[in-house]
Amino acid sequence: MKTNARSRAYKIFTNIVLVILAILFLFPLYWIITGAFKTGADIFATKPVWFPTKWTMANFDRLLNQRTSPLFQLFGWTGPTGPAAYRWLINTVLMSVGAMLLTCATASMAGYALAKKRFRGRGLIFSLIVCAMALPKQVILIPLLKEMSALHLYNTLWAVIFPTVGWPFGVFLMKQFSESVPSEMLEAARIDGASELRTFATVVLPLVKPGIGALAIFTFINAWNDYFMQLVMLSDNVEYTISMGISTLMGEASVDMGVLMAGSALAAAPIIIVFLIFQKYFTQGITMGAVKG
Amino acid sequence: MNYQRKGRSFLAKKHQKMSRALQRREDISGYSFMLPSLIFFIGFVVAPMIICILMGFTDANMTDSSMLGHFIGLKNYAKLFQDKVFQEALWNTFLIVLVSVPATCAFSLWVSSSIYQMGSFSRSFYRIVFYLPVVTGSVAVTAVWKWMFDGYTGIINSVLTGAGLIERNINWLGDTRYALWCIILILFTTSVGQPIVLYVSALGNVDRSLVEAAEVDGATNTQVFWNVKWPQVLPTTLYILVITTINSFQCFALIQLLTSGGSGTNTVMYHIYYTAFKLTEQSGHFGYANAMGVVLAIAIGLLSALQFKLAKEK
Repeated sequence: MKTNARSRAYKIFTNIVLVILAILFLFPLYWIITGAFKTGADIFATKPVWFPTKWTMANFDRLLNQRTSPLFQLFGWTGPTGPAAYRWLINTVLMSVGAMLLTCATASMAGYALAKKRFRGRGLIFSLIVCAMALPKQVILIPLLKEMSALHLYNTLWAVIFPTVGWPFGVFLMKQFSESVPSEMLEAARIDGASELRTFATVVLPLVKPGIGALAIFTFINAWNDYFMQLVMLSDNVEYTISMGISTLMGEASVDMGVLMAGSALAAAPIIIVFLIFQKYFTQGITMGAVKG
Repeated sequence: MNYQRKGRSFLAKKHQKMSRALQRREDISGYSFMLPSLIFFIGFVVAPMIICILMGFTDANMTDSSMLGHFIGLKNYAKLFQDKVFQEALWNTFLIVLVSVPATCAFSLWVSSSIYQMGSFSRSFYRIVFYLPVVTGSVAVTAVWKWMFDGYTGIINSVLTGAGLIERNINWLGDTRYALWCIILILFTTSVGQPIVLYVSALGNVDRSLVEAAEVDGATNTQVFWNVKWPQVLPTTLYILVITTINSFQCFALIQLLTSGGSGTNTVMYHIYYTAFKLTEQSGHFGYANAMGVVLAIAIGLLSALQFKLAKEK
């Protein structure tokens, strides 16, 4: 029974350490949220103020009143003028949703083809995809920048969306999910005279839905948080995303921590909520991407 | 039902060599489905990669209107060997990888093995908590750490002085002795999330009957872990090693936003960015920056291959 007592002591010890670690990992987030609502006196206090003595919206007011810009410009149509921070948020949503939809559409088709079609050159394309996934994305940024200016896409959201869609992780993930579609069902659908597109839409898509869900949420979160691409491709504060907006706040000579935290809260809150709602799919996506990885 | 029976009889035919007509059909349908994805993949990943390699042999710069500039052979690569700043950046990058990769792997393995047998609520809770710094986004995370490490109003200084661990406030991010370690710490908190998710699912898939058999034979928990579970999660470990290595190599936002490569925190990734977009004497040494990119890519490729090889031998 001695080992039993020891293993129990170890268990208690583990639990205590885990709780402490959880608190430490949650602390930065807590600090963003409380910092966003703290008064200047609380923020600059030399003794830490663990909990705001007075909750204030002043930081958000300062953030929103800094600059103004049209809230959106779509196909030459300019929206009403508002705080630039809102424009940044709208840009970020447009960019993330655009990248998500395009990635899901292209990757589900390509993943199905790689898993189920025996076309020539399939092996070559697949090895190219695996190699590309191992390469640092940022290395190709300079050629990409030249390409985007040649296509007149520089400083538009498309310049961020297109490379995200091209990144082959989605194809790889959807190939893993499509492997599980029974080939008999595909052959049978074909014998019954269903066209390729119909087979894909009625047989394949329903079966790989969980995969598409995982890929959608994965792409959305990555696009929202990707910073390097936005930094290089977007040069104009009207086209900025929320990440870029905050980073400019951080670059100023004397940083207003309250405004910085308000901006960070504004950037992080939506994506954390999305993550918490869809985290089941997300976990699935991460694990599936690793199988045979 | 009906579908399946028909399908099987057709499958019998498939064992014969594919006829030419059939192969043609597969080619056409395969590439039709691949086409939209291939346009993006080739246009915005493969083509830039090829241009990157080519540009490494040229003197291309930002103001040059042509894509490639002039061919200058291996001059960029020769310059790399004399560039002290690049070598320091390379060393810092290796240091980050060398510290953060084993730390991340060991930490996430320990956390996962402690939480994977908990109830589903606590398991999801911890998984989410450790993943949150990833979701929060690199810029927001960097912003809050910038404040926490701040020399005057930072919470880390006030807690440490309050506890008597340090005598006076330290300028964490401006001091060459500490800055790189601060970066490594922040990088660590944002990189354990994914490995923990992976390990929890891998440990959950370990064959229960093997574990029970070992326990019946009187194996201790430690023995069960190293002899039964560890070999089964080895493929996952390999995958985690590779992705963590790649992530650590790419550490950029932290450096750019916290230190701008100062206080001894310059990394290859930041140096590439700096050379391409920030050099003042002549804007944009694209060719030279691309040569660095190629070196970085080769380093990552070699390290991944090495990890695969070591894991296979074990």
